[in-house]
Amino acid sequence: MRKQSVFDRQSIVVLSLLAATAVLVPVLNVSVPPGSPFHVSDHLIPLLGKYLSFALLALSVDLIWGFCGILSLGHGAFFALGGYAMGMYLMRQIGPRGVYADPILPDFMVFLNWKELPWFWHGFDWFPFAALMALAVPGCLAFVFGWLAFRSRVTGVYLSIITQAMTFALMLAFFRNDMGFGGNNGLTDFKDILGLPIQSGFTRIVLFVLSAAALAGGYMLCRWVVNSKLGKVLVAIRDAESRTRFLGYRVENYKLAVFTLSAMLAGVAGALYVPQVGIINPGEFAPANSIEAVVWVAVGGRGTLAGAILGALVVNAGKTWFTGALPEFWLFVLGGLFVFVTLLMPRGILGAAKDLWEQGKRVRSGLRRDAVPFAAE
Amino acid sequence: MINLRDFLRTLLLLVFTTSGAFAGPYEDALPKFAADSYSDTEAAIGTVAASGHPLSLPLVEALRDGRLLASAGQVFIREPSGGLINAATGQAFGPVPADLKPVRLNNRVRRAIEAAMGGLTLLSSGAAARREAARAVFRSRDAAALRTIEQAIAREADPDLKLALQAARASILLGNEAASTADRLWAVETLRERGDQDALALLSSLPAGTQPEIVEPADRAADSIRSRLALWSALQNVWYGVSLGSVLLLAAIGLSITFGTMGVINMAHGEMVMLGAYTTFVVQEIIRTHVPSLFGASLFIALPLAFVVTGGVGVLIERTVIRFLYGRPLETLLATWGLSLILQQAVRTIFGPMNREVGTPAWMSGALELGGLSLTYNRMAIVLFAFAAFGTLLLVMKYTSLGLYMRAVTQNRRMAGSIGIRTNRIDALAFGLGSGVAGIAGVALSQIDNVSPNLGQGYIIDSFMVVVFGGVGNLWGTLVGAMTLGVANKLLEPYAGAVLGKILLLVAIILFIQRRPRGLFALKGRAVEA
Repeated sequence: MRKQSVFDRQSIVVLSLLAATAVLVPVLNVSVPPGSPFHVSDHLIPLLGKYLSFALLALSVDLIWGFCGILSLGHGAFFALGGYAMGMYLMRQIGPRGVYADPILPDFMVFLNWKELPWFWHGFDWFPFAALMALAVPGCLAFVFGWLAFRSRVTGVYLSIITQAMTFALMLAFFRNDMGFGGNNGLTDFKDILGLPIQSGFTRIVLFVLSAAALAGGYMLCRWVVNSKLGKVLVAIRDAESRTRFLGYRVENYKLAVFTLSAMLAGVAGALYVPQVGIINPGEFAPANSIEAVVWVAVGGRGTLAGAILGALVVNAGKTWFTGALPEFWLFVLGGLFVFVTLLMPRGILGAAKDLWEQGKRVRSGLRRDAVPFAAE
Repeated sequence: MINLRDFLRTLLLLVFTTSGAFAGPYEDALPKFAADSYSDTEAAIGTVAASGHPLSLPLVEALRDGRLLASAGQVFIREPSGGLINAATGQAFGPVPADLKPVRLNNRVRRAIEAAMGGLTLLSSGAAARREAARAVFRSRDAAALRTIEQAIAREADPDLKLALQAARASILLGNEAASTADRLWAVETLRERGDQDALALLSSLPAGTQPEIVEPADRAADSIRSRLALWSALQNVWYGVSLGSVLLLAAIGLSITFGTMGVINMAHGEMVMLGAYTTFVVQEIIRTHVPSLFGASLFIALPLAFVVTGGVGVLIERTVIRFLYGRPLETLLATWGLSLILQQAVRTIFGPMNREVGTPAWMSGALELGGLSLTYNRMAIVLFAFAAFGTLLLVMKYTSLGLYMRAVTQNRRMAGSIGIRTNRIDALAFGLGSGVAGIAGVALSQIDNVSPNLGQGYIIDSFMVVVFGGVGNLWGTLVGAMTLGVANKLLEPYAGAVLGKILLLVAIILFIQRRPRGLFALKGRAVEA
């Protein structure tokens, strides 16, 4: 087996583009005067940061779907759990500045007449603990869920449907006030993060740069996993699961490992998302969100990693534009995108671009042939 | 001679009563109304109510409505028509006294009036009025009505009403220290037989000093009522569960066909249900504006139309999208999800985002009371309809050539193709059939759910749970799955609450799928390993 370098051409392009974004956007925001066409306005920074956290979520979906054939329709749940962990930290930072000015209890608990902090809220005033939880909670859930599911060989659409049921159940649960996560309204009205006022321009730039860094780190981690021997086994499982099992690989262990890793990545994405958006509510668990994340990957190009990032950015930019300019049409576009991509562009933007490129190369070298058909499953 | 004497006595009595010369308790009580004192008024109400005088009911009614006027020791009733009559004689009164004032009321007096009204109407000739009166006395437990109620029980011919009157009497006797022990034990027994929430409340709220020979049987009766009520409420919950189960069944059988035959996960299935509901809405709108007399039949007109509309949309979807994706179930899932978004938005654009009003025909409103159960007709219709749809589909699968071909394709697509079944056509028809069934489910659901563009989304996850739980490609599995989930959901609800119950059920299904990844009734054979 040829040992592939983690720093191949694609990685270098992705990393340098991310680095350029992380430098350029803050510079254009701070140094360029607001009148200039190159100025990046203040409200754009958290928006771009949000896209980057979505891109990290897409990356985590691509890791399992593109390379291991696990279509999770519940990855939004891991994203939201990471977000809730961060939200709980931010709630505790409000301290006595809430409407009811209780030094310990968040407003919604005072409102519900709770006298003391529920046990699962303890420790969340300490940032390292909250950060750990943003990783550990989605990771543990994915581990338990995956352990049950993969061991009994729940595969294909069945797995997709029970992951959807999982996120749906969590959504219902978080809507309950008794759960102690703010019910319907979720967690919001944040003030500080690590002592910095969360609304300030500086904090937003820091968060943006951190999101870009996390995305770059996540990308390198996924690239490393995919290029390793583990990654080869994953691809083997994707293409012929029973054959891999007959070759002596413990398929369920590989699946479980990558599923858990992917859930933790999604948790990090959620933790970065919440401070930039300023709210987390149970709507993030909605099954539709998880499916949307899958379509980002499909649009960009499944099984390419870079495609997942590209897809998340393109689709979300499109969503922002459409919901502003033509709100009626956004669902038509999104729905059409699902159909169009699955029917006509099964390898996404990146795959289509690659096909074009290779076709061009063949034309240039005079060896015209039809494009190699794509083997899907 | 005797007859003549009787006649004379009656005549005499009549003369005396009308002339006012004969002074009974009624006449004695009248001046108290004029005394302008609440306690006097209250006492007078009791006396009047117990007197049995023909004018007592109009008088108490007038008092309640503020039409009882008093002047200088005399009492007058102002009739609703405006005329004044003398409360003592019942005759029209000519010259109106100048200082007429209405008799004043306070809450205590009003309560006394309520109780008295109950007692007085007990003897009225209308059955509905007597029933209402019995209920009023049952609630007020007014001891003053006891004599009237005993009279009423003796006269009552309707066994139902008699029971109600006896319950009213029992409610008075039970808490009455003056009543005999035998009477009170009779009251306990009567209330136990009545066996509803009110009787339970009476039996379990005896005054503190009640003697033990009453308290013990009362406690026993209360316990027996409690367990009876628990049984009824469990039955009621089972009924709710069956009703929810049939809704799930309706939503899921179409899915079971498309998934079972074609292995296609149709995420747009919920939108087919929604389209069926909107078809009903359109049919009703047309009927309302053009032929209102047909409204009662609107659902029967909507059923075939909904089947055709959604079936047509289904075939269209299959021909344009799904047939290119066979063998790629995950891609199908995504594409049909996209279609569901498009359909939702299309309906939102055409009909608006608001809920649309779908009327219920008269024959579907109302409820059947069966023991302690209340079965609403629209739910009953849906249960029957779900089973009818299920049976029809079963027959179609079993006894028609389409069903035969569909089963052949399910079991072995390539072999079916080799013996000349046009699998493409069967796929399109099966998808159309599944979608059409979803459409008629939409007609039924329009009766119990809000008809909005989001209607389908509420059912899609539940329907998938049913199909996956029951076992794919097996109609009986879908039936068992739907009923199990429906009943389990409703039985959990009283203990865990609606939301938590649903969460528990979802978790249970997720765990169940770990044990049996192919559902309760899995297809056997080689097809499943493909």
